[in-house]
Parts: sequence; structure tokens; C-alpha cells
Amino acid sequence: MDTLDTLRAKYLQGVAAAADEAALEDVRLAALGKKGEVSLKMRELGQMSPEQRLTAGPALNALKDELDAALRARKAALADAALDERLKAEWLDVTLPARPRPRGTIHPVSQVMEELTAIFADMGFAVAEGPQIESDWYNFDALNIPPEHPARQEHDTFFMARTAGDTRPPHVLRTHTSPVQIRAMTEKGAPIRVIAPGRVYRMDMDQTHAPMFHQVEGLAIDRNLSMANLKWVLEEFCRAFFEVPNVDLRFRASHFPFTEPSAEVDIRCSWAGGQLKIGEGDSWLEILGSGMVHPKVLKAAGVDPDQWQGFAFGMGIDRIAMLKYGIPDLRAFFDSDLRWLRHYGFAALDMPTVHGGLSR
Amino acid sequence: MKFTLSWLKDHLETEAPLADILYALTDLGLEVEEVSDPAETLGAFRICRVIEAVQHPNADRLRVCRVETYPGGPGSAPVEVQVVCGAPNARTGLVGVFAPPGTHVPGTGVDLKPGVIRGVESNGMLCSERELELSDNHDGIIDLPADAPLGERFIDWRGLNDPMIYIKITPNRPDALGVRGVARDLAARGLGRLKPLDIAPVAGAFPSPVGVTIDPALKVKGCPLFAGRVIRGVRNGPSPDWLQQRLKAIGLRPISALVDITNFFTYDLNRPLHVFDAAKVKGGLRIHPATGGESLLALDGKTYSFAPGMMLISDDAGPESIAGIMGGEASGCTEATTDVFLESAYWDPITVATTGRALRINSDARYRFERGVDPAFTLPGLEAATRMILELCGGVPSEVVMDGAVPDTARAYRLDPARVQSLVGMEIPAETQRATLEALGFTLTGDMASPPSWRPDVLGEADLVEEVARIASLTNLVGQPMPRMRSGVAGPILTPLQGREKAARRTLAALGYNECVTYSFIDAGASALFGGGQEALRIENPISSEMTHMRPDLLPGLLQAAARNQARGFMDLALFEVGPAFQGGEPGEQHLQATGLLVGAAAARDPYGSRRPVDVYDAKADAEAVLAALGAPARMQVDRKVAPWWHPGRSGRMTLGPNVMVSYGELHPKVLKALDVKGPAVAFTVLVANVPLPKVKTATRPALALVSLQAVERDFAFVVDARVEALTLVNAAQGADKALIDSVRVFDQFTGDKAEAQMGAGKKSIALTVRLQPTEKTLTDEEIEAVSTKIVDKVAKATGGVLRG
Repeated sequence: MDTLDTLRAKYLQGVAAAADEAALEDVRLAALGKKGEVSLKMRELGQMSPEQRLTAGPALNALKDELDAALRARKAALADAALDERLKAEWLDVTLPARPRPRGTIHPVSQVMEELTAIFADMGFAVAEGPQIESDWYNFDALNIPPEHPARQEHDTFFMARTAGDTRPPHVLRTHTSPVQIRAMTEKGAPIRVIAPGRVYRMDMDQTHAPMFHQVEGLAIDRNLSMANLKWVLEEFCRAFFEVPNVDLRFRASHFPFTEPSAEVDIRCSWAGGQLKIGEGDSWLEILGSGMVHPKVLKAAGVDPDQWQGFAFGMGIDRIAMLKYGIPDLRAFFDSDLRWLRHYGFAALDMPTVHGGLSR
Repeated sequence: MKFTLSWLKDHLETEAPLADILYALTDLGLEVEEVSDPAETLGAFRICRVIEAVQHPNADRLRVCRVETYPGGPGSAPVEVQVVCGAPNARTGLVGVFAPPGTHVPGTGVDLKPGVIRGVESNGMLCSERELELSDNHDGIIDLPADAPLGERFIDWRGLNDPMIYIKITPNRPDALGVRGVARDLAARGLGRLKPLDIAPVAGAFPSPVGVTIDPALKVKGCPLFAGRVIRGVRNGPSPDWLQQRLKAIGLRPISALVDITNFFTYDLNRPLHVFDAAKVKGGLRIHPATGGESLLALDGKTYSFAPGMMLISDDAGPESIAGIMGGEASGCTEATTDVFLESAYWDPITVATTGRALRINSDARYRFERGVDPAFTLPGLEAATRMILELCGGVPSEVVMDGAVPDTARAYRLDPARVQSLVGMEIPAETQRATLEALGFTLTGDMASPPSWRPDVLGEADLVEEVARIASLTNLVGQPMPRMRSGVAGPILTPLQGREKAARRTLAALGYNECVTYSFIDAGASALFGGGQEALRIENPISSEMTHMRPDLLPGLLQAAARNQARGFMDLALFEVGPAFQGGEPGEQHLQATGLLVGAAAARDPYGSRRPVDVYDAKADAEAVLAALGAPARMQVDRKVAPWWHPGRSGRMTLGPNVMVSYGELHPKVLKALDVKGPAVAFTVLVANVPLPKVKTATRPALALVSLQAVERDFAFVVDARVEALTLVNAAQGADKALIDSVRVFDQFTGDKAEAQMGAGKKSIALTVRLQPTEKTLTDEEIEAVSTKIVDKVAKATGGVLRG
């Protein structure tokens, strides 16, 4: 038994002393290899008497297991040490910039159109569309603006060229989104609730005007809708859109040929410190025009004014975008200056919803 | 429309403060644009007396004045103030105008402060007319009569306390283009009482030597009524102060009594008139359509030629006036005029508007006639004006001469008091509604309301409701919830195309593009580069030469945007726009494009070498991402039948049957040069509506078939002709065993000189990896070998290619 103790002591020491995997392998071969000392001892078992074997066998096996475990443990320790060494050498400057990943943006007009759509969809308004090159009938006549009506001149209309021999009145670039009222009612009849956002065109260019801008038209026709419903819808819209707890709207009598009665709508606001705040203060800001749809307009769209009535409104999308997001110059909307697009644009996943909120 | 408060009070008896009047005007729909109230700017200047003026001890030109002021107004306790004054007329006993410290002096823009001038205290100012912006007179301080009431506000004493009000008139309210119409609205609102307007006819002393005839065709439409009279022996000097002051206050230049009177009637009663110098009128006046070719030197100093049908007033010598728009220079009144012919006519709005627009004359007369003046007031207006001419210029009037008659505008609409409730949502008692309409001049008979002759805009029941609600004030409207059309959760509302527009936009932003909104109209040159510029797309009246044609494509606008950004130093760009392009000039000839543009490098310089020029495959990847977001099928045909603005060798189209879904690739170098874009530029244009919609809309997905058997990948490198397209190889390989081959992917290509050196001139190598997915049992080597052979054969047959050795 002394021999086994000697072997144990010798090889455990060898394991402990092995400085690397190669030295450790040498120790393993010397002890447990085919011709290793422990292996040779195992072979001697066959020549022993059964009694001797009964004691020597387990002892040898125990020695073999013990050495094997010591070898494995040492191997793992050496591997850990080697990895530690490697990791110590592996160093990168993590303050270097990340690989480039472009960040795109959504234009404020698109964003605000989606905001409008989300709010009005919740109130049951669908989105209607119409052509931007429009016949003068849809843009004017059907909206109760006959050819020589002074209101027509006030529209600063762009006209399309007419080829020689084409005697029809020239088409126009729609001066407002109101013609979509006619198209939507003609197509779908009453009752109807739609908004119609889109590009409109007027011959006007200065600090606050661009020859192209965006409007949203709203139209609701039913049996009993009144101007009081209009006011409520606009109040709800403004409250949701400007994301304030309360709004105060003021209706002022006005005139649009396609509504009667007509009202301009002002919203209560404050300009304290040069910062617009909606819903408080003593100032009033005109934000839209509205009214009850004129019976002649209903008729032009094939809706019986004795059966149906309702309201319409129109507001500038760019304008409410400017008000909400503090954007100063309208013309910059269409200039595509990268600095402007990045500064005023919205992230791709900033999708306005009623449940998730319109803006971050 | 401008007027002053005192002018308003000629027609309106009221004690209402200015602020109330202004609020009511805006609320009534007569929106106040501007008010200039002298009380606000000059209210602090009061009449004072100089008790003593003595020489300043330290300055030759200055005087030290002890001034008796009355800060509490006339009759209050006087306060003595010391003022240093440099005016030569500052003297003991002078009655003048004093401004205390704290006053803003409009003429100098200075806020007065107590000060010390050359060692002497000065506590206010004795003012000149220029300092009050009354005139340019600065020779001395204001020197008033000795009996001027001390302590009174100077503006009150001088009659200057008359605020000017400027209101915006909507086209439906011609009646409010006269001060009286404005007063009537305010009276109806309850802000006072409309004063009666009694006009007694003036008897004529002799028959009018100038006759008038209206061409029969124009009596029907054009000029239903023309009246006038001669007034002999008038003196046409300057008009009196009160009249001049009124006209000046609203920005009109006084000219002569006769002209000023016509201007006064234009603004006071919305009754435009014209005065001819009767001595210069030859024969009678004839109202007739132009035959064409006539011309006239008008009062604005310009000569106009007339097209056939334009309405003229002519005498025996030819045209003397453009009817309802502007008089002629030759027959106009001068200081020397002694005999006048005064015209009061009713001109048809449409005829005047048409002619005025064609001649491009914007006159007060046209503005009013085209909106509609009161036809019934034609003759009373003539009488009232006659009276004023006699009063201010003297003379003897003839009898009235006229042709035609007052057109019949009588009509009536049913007033249903319940309609206000149902249409507007306001409860207004029936009596109040009737009283409102009567106050506005409507005549009520039973439940029928007849609008007055001055309200051409009232044309139906809804107009009655509007008048009632307007006068009652829409401010009182209380919002009423609008019920949902169906109760419960709101349903989706976007059409499939609207949903796709949004998907395209969000996808592109997610891919790193910045969204632009560019103008729908571009210049002719850029249009032509992109297949546009046709006459049908031309705008007749463009606002600038940069915006003459509707865009045929979104690319020119984006390229111009890129050029502008490059000029600002941003060379690498990823821009996109989703919007309409126009293929024709008829309504509906527009289609939705989602267009992306990459210019310059794919990334900025960085330590990892990310920077490389953008290329066609960048554009293709992004186009495919958009198509995937739109739900396009994964496999499409690719061809090279691109439009001429693309690089002919480096661009293509993805199609599905006859439908082109996207064009992509490099832009033609000539296009880039023409639009001044530098560096490589690649783009894609997705035709959103061409992407087919799913045939059946269902939320259910097909079952997922998972196979547990190991897939096998095999690589093949083929040598083919350099112009053989990779897709041909892929399709051929795919076709070798449709059941077994899961996918075929190009993983390498070897082209160029080195490739040709190895494989022969005009050759290249394309390497494919084919993934085989068995479904029933693991593939044996023999089976794999068999498929491989088939693949090689198929590719060889399709392309002539051989396996690379």
C-alpha cells in the first residue's frame, strides 16, 4: 500500500507542478497512459489472488479516479488562466464611433396628416381623396362659386393651359380641398363623414404664403347634424391635436360660398414669452373656416337638402403643424433643407395613434 | 372698407364704447383688420398756458417756461410745471399743447422723461404739430387761440378724436361697403339705433340737355337702369374741411368738391356715381356694347381698347366712360368745370366683373358693382348727391333723365324659427328672429321674409338662418356631442392605397431616408428630362419660371433638392418623397409614386471603411424593402426597358405581367449634369398603385410546414458570357427540381480583366448556392449528384454556361 501512497503523492505533485497543458499531458501519460505507472499496476491485478485483488482493485481504481479528477481540474485551471491571459491582451477602444446606421425622418406634413387621420378616424371619419388638377366645376361651380363671383377672383387660382381648339374652361389646380366634398358625396351619398387632406395651390408667395400648401377638409352629413355638433367636433379635435386638457373655441360669423351659416373659428391661446400656448391666455388665433354645408352644394353633389344636412370645415395642415411644433417659416416646408428635415422631422416609428398618443 | 367712428355715428345713434363696437363688428362677420385710435396715441396731450417764459441762463436759444397744466382735465386744479423749450415762439401767455413725462411722442418716437437741460430742470414738453404727426410744421410749438379751453385734450378740441376702423368685407356683403350698411348691422345687434335717411327729390329747373339711351340688349342684362341730370353753374373748388378730413382719414386724397362728393357717396352709402363735364359731352349718352376696336383714355391715365361686348358709355364723339368701372379723362371734371352731368346707374355685376377682369382695372366702382350695389337706391342716390352738390358747389339742377327701370329683385323665403335650432343648434325665440330680420331691412309677411334690395346675397331659407344666428352671435354656440355613426369600437378607415402610402413612407424613413415634400410644379427643362413638359401639363399663369409644369415624376424635384443640399455642403444624401406625379392635364391623370434617391457615399468616412459610393444594388435593396412592405409578391420579372433618364446599362424595372412596379438604378449622367447633382446618384421609383392587392383578404396564415430533415447546400460556379444575367442562372437552377430546391442564391461573381484572363475573353463567373430541402427522407449522395447534374444541365441550356474547372 505504501507504493500506492507514494504514487499518489508523486503524481498529485506532478499535476500541481505542471505549468501548461503539455506538461500536464506528460504527467497524465506517465501515470495513466498505456505504459503509465498506474496503468501497469492495474495490469498486475490479473496476477493477484482473488483475496489480494479484492483489496488492491478498489484501491487502485480509487487512485486512478483521484488522479484523473486532479488532471481535469488542473486542465480547466490552466485553460482559465490561458483565457485570462488572452482576454488581457484583447482590448478595443470602445469610445470609437459605432458603425454608421442612417436615421431617416418623416416630414411634419405627413406626420400631422397622420395625427389628423388618427383623431378623426376615432370620430368615424374616413379619408377621401380627389384629383389635384381639378375641373372648374368641382373647384368652383359645384361649391356655389359661379364663374363671375368675386370669390373666384380672390382664390388666386392657377389655371392649366388649354390647347388651341379646346374650348372647355381651363382646368385649375385645386385652390382648396373642398371639391373633395362634392366627389365624396357624389360617390358615397349620405350619411357620410370624411376628411380630405392634401395639396392645394394658390398664386401667392411671401413670408407666410407658398404657392402650394396643404389643407384638410372635413365633411359630415346626416339627418340632424347642427353647427353645435360642428363646434363639438372641432373642440374635440383641437383638444386631441394640441394635446391639452381644455380648449376654448370662438365662432365668428363669416362667409364662404359653400357653407351657410359660415364661421371662422378662433382658438384661445397665449403668446407669453413668445411661446404659443393653446387653451390659455387672452389672445385668439384664427385656425379654420367652417359652416353648415350650403343646400346648393348638397344638390350639386346629388344629396337632397330637404333630407340631409351637415357641416364642413377646412384648415391649413402646414399652419397647424407650425403652431403645434413651433416651426417658423412655411416656405421652408418645401425646400428640403437636410438640416430642416432632420430638425423638424419625425422618427419612422413615431406613429401617431389615439391610444399611444400623437407626439412623444 | 374703411370709415371713422364719427362717420359711423352719422348713421348710428349710439353711446357704445369703441371696444364694444369693434368686438361686435368682428363677431358679426365684419372682421376688424385695423384700428387707429388717436385717443391712444394723442390722448395725453392737453391744452396748457405758458405763465412766463424767460431766457435760459446757460443757452441763448432756449427758454425756461413756467407752464400751467391741468392733468385732471378742464376745471381741475392747475399744476405748474417747469419746461425748457427751444421753440422761437415760446412766450409768456402762449396757449399751447403740453405732454407730461411718460408720454410717448409719436413724431419723435421718444418717451418723455424728466430731465435737466443745461443745468435747468425740464418736466415735459410743449409740442409742435410735427411732434403730434399732424403736419410737417416744426417751425414752432402749437400756438392756440387765447380762449382755447385749458386742460382739454387737444384731439378733442381740434376734432381729431375720430378712430379709423378698417374692416374686411366678405364678397357676400356689398351692403357693408357703405358706412350705412355697417351701421345697420350694429343697430340690429343692439348697439344703437339706425338714424333715418330721408331723401327728398330735388325739383329740376329745366329739362336735361343731355339725353340717355340704353341699348335694348343691355337693358335685359348689363344696364337695367341709367339715370342722371345736368347741374349748371357749379363751382368746383376744394371741398370743405369736414369732407376732406373724412376722405383723408380713410386714405383717399381729396381732389375737388365734385370728385370728393362722388367718393363720399361711394363709401357712405355704397352708391358709386360719376360726374361728366357736361360741356365736354357731345350730344346724348348712349350705353352700348363695344363693337370692338374702340379705345378710351381713362381717368387712371391709361388708354384701354375694348373687345366686342364690353359695356361703354359713349357720346356722339365716341366712348366717354367704361360703364361701371372708370370714367374717361376727356369728359372728366376739372377746376374749370361749371356744368356737370351726374350719373347714377345700376350695372350688372357679372358684366362689370367680366369687363373689369379683362381690362385689369381695379377701381372702387368695379369693386362695388361686381359685388352688387342696391338697385333700388339708384334714384335716391342721385337725388342725395344732387343735394350735396348744390350745397357745396351751388348751381341749378335739371330734371332727371333716365332710361330703363329698377330691376325687380323681390323675393321671399319662409322663415321657420325651428330651423335655427335644427341647423345652428341655438335656441332663439321666434319674435327675436323676426325682429332681427326687420332690423336688417327684411319685410315680413306672415311667415315669409323678403330681403331688402341691398342684400343680393340672401337667396334661400338657410340665409335667413345665417342672418339670425349672425346677429344673435355665434359666440353663444355651445358644442353638442356628435354621436358615432355606429356605436362601439371605431373601425379602420384607410383605403388599401392609403395604407400602402403610409407603409411606403414609414419604411423609407426606417431605411434612413429623409422625407421631402417638394413642389408639384417644376420648370420646363427639368420636366422635359423626365418625359414631361407637354402642353397639357403646363400652367397657364405660373408664379415663377421655376414652376411652370406639373411634375411628370418625383425624381426631378428630389434631384433639385439634392443639388440645393450639395450647394450647402451636404454631399451624401438619402431623400425620398411619396406623392402624386402627373401623366396628363385632366383631373385624375395623376398617380402615386414613392421615390427614393441616394447620392454620394453610403456612409460617412469612419475607421471601419464603411464609406463607399452608393450603387444600383443599394437602390434595389431599398426598392425591394418598400415592395415587401406594400405586400408585393417575392418574385418578379426584371427587365431593362427603363425610361431615358436612367443609365441604360445600370438600371432596370421589376414587373409583374404588364405591370411595372418599380424602376431602379443609376441616373443618367446627362440628367445629373443638367440638374447639377454631383457624385454617384441612384434611385428608385415605386408605382404604388401597380402593386397588386391580395386577392382574398384574410387574417389567417397558411399552416407552417416544418421539415425535420437536414437541408443540404451545394455550391456551383459557372463560366458564362459577361452579359448573361444572374437571374437567368438562378431561374434555370431553380427549375431543375422545383420540389427539392428550396432556394438558389448568387453568392459570388468574378468579372473583369482577371476573370477574362482566366476564363477567356468576354467571360465571367457566377457562383450559386443551392439549398436542397428533402421532405420525405434524407438525401443520398446519388440523389444529390443527380440533382446537381440537372442543375448544371439546366444552366448550360439556358445560358451556355459551363461549370468552372
